[in-house]
Amino acid sequence: MISTSGLTKVYGVHPAIRGLTFEAAPREILGFLGPNGAGKTTTMRILAGFMPPTDGRATVAGFDVVDQSLEVRRRVGYLPETVPLYPDLTVTEYLDYMGSLRHVPDLDRRIEEVLEEVALVERSESYVGNLSKGLRQRVGLAQALLHKPQVLILDEPTIGLDPAQIIEVRRLIQELGKERTVMLSTHILSEAQALCDRVLIINKGVIVAEDTPANLQAQLAGAEQLILRVGSHDAALLESLSRLPGVARVTAQPGSEELRVETSPGHDVRARLARAVVEKGFDLLELRPAGVSLEAVFLQLTQDAAGEEND
Amino acid sequence: MRNVWIVARREFRHYFVSPIAYAVALFLFVVLGILFYVNVSFGVQSGDITPDGRLVMGPMVTLLLLTVPFLTMRLIAEETGSGTIELLLTAPVRDGELVVGKWLGAMGFITLLLALTWIYPVLLHRMTTPGIDQGLLLSATLGVLLMVSAIAGIGVMVSALFRNSLAAGFVTLAVILVLWVIGGLASGSSGASEIVRYLSFGDHLFDNLFQGVVDLGDVLYFVSLTVLSLFVGSQIVESRRWR
Repeated sequence: MISTSGLTKVYGVHPAIRGLTFEAAPREILGFLGPNGAGKTTTMRILAGFMPPTDGRATVAGFDVVDQSLEVRRRVGYLPETVPLYPDLTVTEYLDYMGSLRHVPDLDRRIEEVLEEVALVERSESYVGNLSKGLRQRVGLAQALLHKPQVLILDEPTIGLDPAQIIEVRRLIQELGKERTVMLSTHILSEAQALCDRVLIINKGVIVAEDTPANLQAQLAGAEQLILRVGSHDAALLESLSRLPGVARVTAQPGSEELRVETSPGHDVRARLARAVVEKGFDLLELRPAGVSLEAVFLQLTQDAAGEEND
Repeated sequence: MRNVWIVARREFRHYFVSPIAYAVALFLFVVLGILFYVNVSFGVQSGDITPDGRLVMGPMVTLLLLTVPFLTMRLIAEETGSGTIELLLTAPVRDGELVVGKWLGAMGFITLLLALTWIYPVLLHRMTTPGIDQGLLLSATLGVLLMVSAIAGIGVMVSALFRNSLAAGFVTLAVILVLWVIGGLASGSSGASEIVRYLSFGDHLFDNLFQGVVDLGDVLYFVSLTVLSLFVGSQIVESRRWR
């Protein structure tokens, strides 16, 4: 549904994105993850038909974003990062303006439907200028949905929302992703984890990783880690635990009851660890796997890239 | 074409919530009213005026020259500055449709203002026997409308260059003042001064249209100036995408 190859955008001499190549399948929720300034907004603006790339190609729903820009724009719903609205219009007037520019059939009814979808019915006659940030975000989302686009491009859709609204918007995005392709950018990792079928991690204008959230986690979690909580411990315990077969390394946080045990891939050492602790006369309070979050993957990948850059 | 109307309608309506539009309208009506009163009362005392539409349309030209730039300044600059242009440019609307729609909305509002000032010629017509020359009033009004159309075109074009409305307003004012005065600077009959005089507003307005003569050449001058400005304006909007 979305396909790019070698997408590059240069502002002046500064390259914002360099040679991005990726695809998004129909009914896929593709997450675009990266630190601020990584090139997420630039990429989304190109795909939404706001500006052409300096180099490379992109097609949306089979249409070229440069040569068939109008066709692309007809099929894309776009929510920019900071939702720009006209403060002098009411919510309904605003949606009426945007909807009529998009020639939405039976517009009045469609506006009602969309207001229902984003839970804005009560504020439909409020002036956009008087709305809170969260409500404006929802107006922006309503605008993006009006024409039932095949592709939704959402730049930081949950930014500025309160926790309840975030849950609500995420639920809405998941719902929308069942019928159309959604591409969303975020720098919140848990959001990508919760929402996306696939995640692209982008840093300094290049893609540094691309996979499902689960696989990305697994990439880093080659060696599993266990957290072992004991009543007290000494150096001798650490020494004997680290000599157990399948244990790669044991480290203790100073002043903490927790020991971090790194295991070699393919070994389940939990029973052995438990027995060893008790046999040495220590109390075993807790034994749990230390899950590797997408956060860790993200930091590692973006830092690696930064390191290479500096070399 | 439908998009042009949609954009125009939105811009036309925006003038009714815009403080600048009300300020401009107030300025126009107050100053025009004073000038009308002064001209008529002095004219009656001295007895050396011919009461006709030019008594109103003459000062109107100067007033519009000074005020129209401030009615057109925000049309695109404000959208660029606030970021709303991003949603317009990602809607399936051609850049040209956007620019022409903006211009048309402004023209709608200015035409409304002009129509309201017709109260003065109508008064003049009632005050005098056998009334004023209606043909002359019509051709002078047409002249003013044509001139305003060109000014608004230039206004939209300049507005596309800026992110700040006020900057766009003053630059537009500068451009049209130059177009206004260059005619007076070109003396003699060399080719260059002929061209400069042709480019100037004044001759096209006062030589024929304000004499009751509608010359196709003058109409063409203002129409082509409008079309050219709008064309360049949409090129500017498009070029912004490439930056």
